[in-house]
Amino acid sequence: MYLAIVLLPLLGAILAGAIAIVGARRRFPGAEPSDDHHGSHHAVAHADHDAHDDHDHGPAVPAAEGSRAAEIITTSLLAIACVLSWIAFARVGFGGAEERVRLFTWIISGDFKVDWALRIDSLTAVMLVVVTTVSGLVHLYSIGYMAEDPYRPRFMAYLSLFTFAMLSLVTSDNLAQLFFGWEGVGLASYLLIGFWYHKPEANAAAIKAFVVNRVGDFGFALGIFAVFMMMGTIDLDTIFAQAPSLTGKTINFFGWHADALTLICLLLFMGAMGKSAQFLLHTWLPDAMEGPTPVSALIHAATMVTAGVFMVARLSPLFELSPTALAVVTLVGATTAFFAATVGLVQNDIKRIVAYSTCSQLGYMFVAMGVGAYSVGMFHLFTHAFFKALLFLGSGSVIMAMHHEQDIRNMGGLRKKIPFTYWTMVIGTLALTGFPFTAGYFSKDAIIEAAFAGKNPFAMYAFALTVIAAGLTAFYSWRLIFKTFHGTPHDQHHYDEAKESPAVILIPLGVLAVGSILAGFPFKEYFAGHHVEHFFRESIKQSKDVIEGIHHVPLWVALTPTVMMLLGLGVSAYFYLWRPDIPANMARQHDVLYRFLLNKWYFDEIYDFLFVRPSLWIGRVLWKVGDGKLIDGLGPDGVSARVLDVTRNVVRLQTGYLYHYAFAMLIGAAALITWFMFSGGVR
Amino acid sequence: MTSWPILSVMTFLPIVGVLFIAALRGDDEAIKSNARWVALWTTLVTFAVSLIVLSRFDASSSEFQFIEKLDWLGGTGSYHMGVDGISLPLIILTTAIMPLCIVASWRAIQTRVKEYMIAFLVLETLMIGTFSALDLVLFYLFFEGGLIPMFLIIGVWGGPRRVYASFKFFLYTLLGSVLMLLAIMAMYWQAGTTDIVVLLKHSFPREMQPWLWLAFFASFAVKMPMWPVHTWLPDAHVEAPTAGSVILAAILLKMGGYGFLRFSLPMFPVASQDFAPLVFALSVIAIVYTSLVALVQEDMKKLIAYSSVAHMGFVTMGIFAATDQGIGGGIFQMVSHGIVSAALFLCVGVVYDRMHSREISTYGGLVERMPVYAVVFLLFTLANVGLPGTSGFVGEFLTLVGTFRVNIPVATLATLGVILSAGYALWLYRKVVLGRLEKPQLAGIKDMSWREIGIFAPLVILTLLFGFYPKPVLDVSSASVTALVEHYNKAVGGTKSAGLVK
Repeated sequence: MYLAIVLLPLLGAILAGAIAIVGARRRFPGAEPSDDHHGSHHAVAHADHDAHDDHDHGPAVPAAEGSRAAEIITTSLLAIACVLSWIAFARVGFGGAEERVRLFTWIISGDFKVDWALRIDSLTAVMLVVVTTVSGLVHLYSIGYMAEDPYRPRFMAYLSLFTFAMLSLVTSDNLAQLFFGWEGVGLASYLLIGFWYHKPEANAAAIKAFVVNRVGDFGFALGIFAVFMMMGTIDLDTIFAQAPSLTGKTINFFGWHADALTLICLLLFMGAMGKSAQFLLHTWLPDAMEGPTPVSALIHAATMVTAGVFMVARLSPLFELSPTALAVVTLVGATTAFFAATVGLVQNDIKRIVAYSTCSQLGYMFVAMGVGAYSVGMFHLFTHAFFKALLFLGSGSVIMAMHHEQDIRNMGGLRKKIPFTYWTMVIGTLALTGFPFTAGYFSKDAIIEAAFAGKNPFAMYAFALTVIAAGLTAFYSWRLIFKTFHGTPHDQHHYDEAKESPAVILIPLGVLAVGSILAGFPFKEYFAGHHVEHFFRESIKQSKDVIEGIHHVPLWVALTPTVMMLLGLGVSAYFYLWRPDIPANMARQHDVLYRFLLNKWYFDEIYDFLFVRPSLWIGRVLWKVGDGKLIDGLGPDGVSARVLDVTRNVVRLQTGYLYHYAFAMLIGAAALITWFMFSGGVR
Repeated sequence: MTSWPILSVMTFLPIVGVLFIAALRGDDEAIKSNARWVALWTTLVTFAVSLIVLSRFDASSSEFQFIEKLDWLGGTGSYHMGVDGISLPLIILTTAIMPLCIVASWRAIQTRVKEYMIAFLVLETLMIGTFSALDLVLFYLFFEGGLIPMFLIIGVWGGPRRVYASFKFFLYTLLGSVLMLLAIMAMYWQAGTTDIVVLLKHSFPREMQPWLWLAFFASFAVKMPMWPVHTWLPDAHVEAPTAGSVILAAILLKMGGYGFLRFSLPMFPVASQDFAPLVFALSVIAIVYTSLVALVQEDMKKLIAYSSVAHMGFVTMGIFAATDQGIGGGIFQMVSHGIVSAALFLCVGVVYDRMHSREISTYGGLVERMPVYAVVFLLFTLANVGLPGTSGFVGEFLTLVGTFRVNIPVATLATLGVILSAGYALWLYRKVVLGRLEKPQLAGIKDMSWREIGIFAPLVILTLLFGFYPKPVLDVSSASVTALVEHYNKAVGGTKSAGLVK
């Protein structure tokens, strides 16, 4: 059954991919290369026509053959996987039927041995449910959202491929397989962001996502190497068993005698930072919004970006042993939560606002991880998947209604036109901002309380920042709702044409809206209450004090987040419903701050200046000067030049010594022979 | 084990093909066509024979197998052939790539077809001979002999700057080989034999080892090629015809790595340990330096050539880490790079045959006309980037794992290459394949023909197979690798990684 959950999406991806390739091949049959490469005039005209097309629609090509078949195949396979996952969730989470399915050997070299294996425990089960549910809904939604796209089989294949990679990530039983899933989702993300390959911004964003993730993976890979060096294995069970014996050992890392466990955890966490778009490695996530909206919902909100959180939870037996690493996790998480919320305040692209809120919420999850409340972090991951996917899919519905308009300044008043979307978006926003008794309320408040109760050096810092961020989140989330759905339309033409999306889009929205309300309370005890130990058992290592601490925070701490949320809502409502002139004035008065936030703290510019340009510059210098002038100049070119010099000097000097003539003759003969050899070969 | 000299048959079968081709008579077109078919069948039969060798090979033994020995040169040298787990993967790689090269040249080569096929078949004999020779003199003949057909392939069928490129190629390799010849003579005087099997057990005096090591290093480093003697490679690749680039990248570059494993490490272990920091430094520089250079290339073949140098850096690093994973990974990386780089050069060949340009700026938006090509190119781009699930990952990962145990800074810096490779490979893909097809001269471009798909199919399958199930390659080499590591550790005394953990 577990194998089926993982492999069904792969099967779907292969079938849909085959449909895509066969269809494309039939449209563009191959031919042997010929010397006639002057294109027909008809084709040239066609290409010119493409260039003037609406940038969001792509070239006017007919829909791929078998689109419907690809959609049905992938979506139904995913639906089966989803049902199986919920069964697994019940069996493993509540029934305690943990399992390890060994498939076959992957890599074996000396004492290094890695298997393909599935590890199914409660932590995995939670992720299975999240991934397959959201993915299934997104598949369904995509049938509607992508209906006008000519490349649907390819899109469905990518979605299913992603799901496969994500499932193999969450079921991994060793670090190498985790890395496989890790890079696999990175690949799928690259493909999906760049799905509209004719858009230069999409291609740039795709590469950026992949390369920035690789920076994180650089740390991840080093972490794996370090684990293997210290423990001689990368199987999770063995690592966890051996980890306590590593306390006190050090690794000499570039002269720094680092505590072995801390170094390992920090290196691995670097991978998590990349994948989960944490502060410093976050720059790819907003750009990733160039991809189609269902992708943003699935990959860049609900599943892939939470892989980093999952990884820390999965490796909690390691992280628990290194207070330093946990402190860093807390610091990074809290900083991200705050930073992303500040940037979210002023963005105008509907998807980017949601993207920054994702970034910020991921920060919350890391705060929970950092203070040792792994189950609480997983709780937020679980609830967040529902309401954030909902918000993205809702945004998609808005974007469709507005004919691919994404700027909220051009929207307004849409609630009358698309009421279903409006209400589901409101539910999503309530959950995101932690409105009492929605899903987000339980998980988010638990994190803030855990931060307050936390014992590590940055716990208070995290508490303060997450509380502030809660207020900011409420502000910008409601700003989005108010500017989009309330007020007066800013683009009358689009407004008049706006209409509600078809059922295939509204059904996923409805399901997720229900989830956004119900995913909290029923699961509260299992993730952040008295049943945590019973539910998660050995799959995470969490000290009992953490949950106790959450239950014993002072009342004011428990109320603060809700107060902040109401404050944010109130200010937002005042600003955008009653006094729209205030925010505009503020932006004008605090121009520097506004620009700072609008330009995302100038991270892209700084990275471009610090890394991208120097790399290219160094590359060019090494190529032209290093290879060209130095190596070739002193090496082969130099040698031949010197030989010629010597010859010339010899000729000029006319010393009369016999051996000089002999030498010159020899050189000449050699040159002649070489010359003949080459010119002889040249026809 | 066998009653017939299977290694010699495999090695010299291509020469039989050469005789057939040389004997071809008739009108021009008939000769061309027959030469192609004879060459194809010869390489296919050779491949089949190599598979017989593989099936009869006992992977649990680290000894040389299929030994053939005849006296030669009046007892000074001998005709001694045999394979072990280190040479066999490279032999199979050679015989497997050759038929693809012949098919890839089917239409691209229209002048002097007969001579071209002869050059390739001779080259095959010399390459197989290099990997299976067990006598220094014999090895030297095969090893250096390989230069000549390659020199001709670049010099005769190459691009406009072929003279410069082949001259550079020749100059570099010649320098190395002269030094190696001196070392071989010194070894003969010291040990009294040129038999590799005997020499592997002979321990050379400590003060002699560094000199011998350096002489061999000069030759192998050029072949690898290692920084800073790599500059012949981009030029050679750019000027060589597609199949020439394929052979160069897939097999000739592996001779250096093979040489390190066969000679430097087991015969001069002490010197190898002393010089390991030098090799590490050069490898890391190669990985980072050439990756950076690859970022700014404007010529597709040059970009792939520089990326080859970087990937070979992982091999040398892994080999001189002298751990199971380092060496095993190094061998795997050589096989994997053989497949992947061959495929990448073939990818360039596909569009070169259509547009006669290697400039990246000539292309863009090919995906709109060449969907199958786009998929194939993507797969190999990802394998080049070392994505898990492709063969590229296993080799890189193992060499890094193996090196990290021995030298953390080296492994860390080398891992930087993982970031850079993603940068240049995806950038190339984006510029060539993605985007809008806006250039009018590309409008009529056609996707790959079935012949071309047929060339890529086996490479695609192997890249994925070895990505998910690399065991076939790792198993063949593991016994020999373990024996080599043990021998090395015994010679240098104690394991080295012990000192690192405090």
